[in-house]
Amino acid sequence: MNLSEFFNMGGYAIYVWPSYVLAAIVLWNFLIWVDMLFMSGLRMSSRR
Amino acid sequence: MFLWFHKLGSPPHFYRIAGNWLPWLGTIFLLLLVAGVYGGLVLAPPDYQQGDSYRIIFIHVPSAWMSLFIYMVMAACGVVILVWRMKIAEIVLISSAPIGASFTFLALATGSLWGKPMWGTWWVWDARLTSELILLFLYLGVIGLHGAIEDKRVATRAIAILAIVGMVNIPIIHYSVEWWNSLHQGATVTKFDKPSIHWSMLIPLLLMALAFQVYYLLALFQSCRAELLQRERNSKWVEELIAK
Repeated sequence: MNLSEFFNMGGYAIYVWPSYVLAAIVLWNFLIWVDMLFMSGLRMSSRR
Repeated sequence: MFLWFHKLGSPPHFYRIAGNWLPWLGTIFLLLLVAGVYGGLVLAPPDYQQGDSYRIIFIHVPSAWMSLFIYMVMAACGVVILVWRMKIAEIVLISSAPIGASFTFLALATGSLWGKPMWGTWWVWDARLTSELILLFLYLGVIGLHGAIEDKRVATRAIAILAIVGMVNIPIIHYSVEWWNSLHQGATVTKFDKPSIHWSMLIPLLLMALAFQVYYLLALFQSCRAELLQRERNSKWVEELIAK
C-alpha cells in the first residue's frame, strides 16, 4: 500500500480521519485544561 | 488492603501518590496509543464488508466503553460518599464527570461519522444512540448540578444521588441492541465465549481500550490534584508543599 492509498482510506478518508483528529483534539485539550487548572491551583496556594 | 485504602483516602497521601504516578501513566499511555493507532490504521486489514471505514471503531468502541466505565466509577463513588463521606470519593466523582462527558461525546461523534457511510444517516433515534445521548446529559447534569449549588456539602450529596440514579441507564445502553430492534450492531468483542472479530482487529482495539483506560487515570489524577489544591488551600499540608 502506498501513502496516497493509505490517506485515501479506501474512499472513506472524510469519515476516518476526522474521527482520529477529533479524538486527538478532545483528549489533548482536556489534558491541557486540567494542567492549567492544576497550575492555577498551585499559584493560588502560593499567593496565600 | 484496608489500611492501603484508608491511607489513599487521606488528601496529602493521595496527592503525593497521584503525582508519582503521572510520568509513568503518561509514558504507558503514549506507548499504548502509538501501538494501537499503528495496529488499527496500518496493520489491520480492511473489513470485507465495510472496507476501511470500520477503522473508526478503534476510537469509537473504546470511547463508548470508557463512557460506561467512568459512569460506573462515579456511581460507586456516589455510594462511598453517601455511606462513608470520604473526601477523595467526592473529588474522584466530580473530576471524573468531564472526562466521562468527553468520552461520551467522542463515542457519539465518531459513531455518527461511522453511521453516515454505513447506514446512510448521521443520526437515528435508535435505542443505543438515544441511551448514549442520555448518558451525555447525565454527565452534563452532574457537572451543572455541582456548579449550580453553592453549599458544596449539599452539592456533593446531590451529584452522588444523581450518579447512583443514573446507573439505571448503563444496562439499558449495554442491552439496548438485544432488547430492541436496532440499526446498531450487536456485541462482537464482549461475547466472551467466541468474539466475532478477527484477532488482527481485536488486538489494536484492545490496545486502544487500554490506552484510553490509562488516559482516564492520567487525566483523573491530575484533575484530582488540582481539585485538592483548590479545596485544601488553607490546610497545613498545602502550606508545607508550597514552602518546599
